[in-house]
Amino acid sequence: MLAMNYRGPQRIRLDRNKPMPEILHPQDAIVRVTRACICGSDLHLYNGNVPDTRVGETFGHEFIGVVEEIGSDVHKLKVGDQVIVPFNIACGECTFCKQELYGNCHEANPQATAVGGIFGYSHMAGGYNGGQAEYVRVPYANVGPMVIPSGMHPDDAVMLTDVVPTGYQAAEMGGIQKGDTVAVFGAGPVGIMAAKCAWLFGAGRVIVFDQEEYRLDFVRNYAQCEAYNFRSIEDPVVFMKKQTDSLGADVCIDAVGAEAAGSKFQTITGRKTLMQAGSATALQWAINSAKKGGIVSVVGVYGPTGNMIPIGNALNKGLTIRGNQASVKRLLPKMIEHVQSGVLNPKALITHHFPLEEVADAYRIFSDKLDNCIKPVLIPPSARM
Amino acid sequence: MENRPVDYNLINGWGIDADPKNDPTYPMRKRSADDHEGYSWNRPQQQPIDVEVLHSIERPNVTAVFGTSKPPSGLSGKLRRHAFKYGEGSFAHWIPLIVADRVDVVEGIIDDIKSGSFPNIWKERGMNAQWKYDKAGLLKSLAIGAAITTAAVMLIKNKSRD
Repeated sequence: MLAMNYRGPQRIRLDRNKPMPEILHPQDAIVRVTRACICGSDLHLYNGNVPDTRVGETFGHEFIGVVEEIGSDVHKLKVGDQVIVPFNIACGECTFCKQELYGNCHEANPQATAVGGIFGYSHMAGGYNGGQAEYVRVPYANVGPMVIPSGMHPDDAVMLTDVVPTGYQAAEMGGIQKGDTVAVFGAGPVGIMAAKCAWLFGAGRVIVFDQEEYRLDFVRNYAQCEAYNFRSIEDPVVFMKKQTDSLGADVCIDAVGAEAAGSKFQTITGRKTLMQAGSATALQWAINSAKKGGIVSVVGVYGPTGNMIPIGNALNKGLTIRGNQASVKRLLPKMIEHVQSGVLNPKALITHHFPLEEVADAYRIFSDKLDNCIKPVLIPPSARM
Repeated sequence: MENRPVDYNLINGWGIDADPKNDPTYPMRKRSADDHEGYSWNRPQQQPIDVEVLHSIERPNVTAVFGTSKPPSGLSGKLRRHAFKYGEGSFAHWIPLIVADRVDVVEGIIDDIKSGSFPNIWKERGMNAQWKYDKAGLLKSLAIGAAITTAAVMLIKNKSRD
């Protein structure tokens, strides 16, 4: 089958002879992929910043598809079902899944305990092949996958696998109360969605920072928020204080993670030399921009090693810091409701559709922010017939 | 504070998920007494372990399911096995993994050549797309690459003369 194949930092190719996935566990399903996104988090893998990313792996944790085969213990799906597959692999039985912390399942990732199992996200997240392929093995098929409601556009459905719930959970973890000022660092797809969802919790003001003008234009239009280029202001933290009567934002959201720009020191130590677990610039700005007693919500992905973050400031300001991988299964029903009622329109973020065969070019365009790309989707040949 | 009146009526869905109880500066937990019993749930059936699976020493076993995308092999595999002797909070765990990733890249190129194909770096790096949308950027990075390579070659040549 065709599948994306990682060969090293910024080197990927289309593998034409990847072995077909097999049922390895009674609760497995095999899904024929019809849409797979490239996620901003995939770029951390693409750039070689995530430890234990092995040559030959297939990325892709945002995908939808058709159930082709089911294991002997799968009873909630049947062959032919069109499904949304959450990016988290979750057993539904462990103590964390029972708390609806599906992103923290303890029975899906042998290699690490801090992170759960994720499709196509290195061996640090379980060593699973991902969905940027024609077919993919989906473990615990009774738990995660959900049948796509009739009438839902596949571009909307694929965005529910990660982007929409992650943006929503970013706002939710911020505990936004009516009238709050919310600062979002990063206007990638998740930052855009976080800004949009901040309003659903009753934000009074939403301010977004990024360095790409086309993304700032996009988020202004899509999320009805204020948006600023941090390259054109002296210091985002000082700017935020000035915007909030010297107090700071009630809620700050880091929607960037390990590859943040904006600080040469962080770039060199976090991105270029991997001396820390990614460049923590956005997190620094979030902590320092928050009001005393405020909340910092982190959905930007960082590596497992240490980071230079201003924990002293967090302590002195009495901040609450929350972060997690989105619990997609918990949020899916609500997200579907919001899409169906027109409150959220996720497919509007998809700017590019690529044939799977052009995966290397698609990564380059997304990674280098070429052609005003916000969100790219890959479509395998079998889904184009 | 700057006065910025917002007409919330213009924002589709404003406040529909507002919940004053969702304030994480107060404890927000969804747990039962059973959750304090530790590693006590009924584990799903174990996936047959017929490939080498490295597991964190912070857990007692291999998880009930796991990925089989690329079992450890070669020198990179040795480094990875060494890394998994240490806990997840230790640099002794992560640094060998990062080194192993780089070794793995070289092993991948050797494997390609052994199988009779030299990797098409231009295509793998998506340079066709960059040429189409960012010629200037591509030419700049090629020029920088060429300058660094030339400098390195000159340095090596000079050293060999000494």
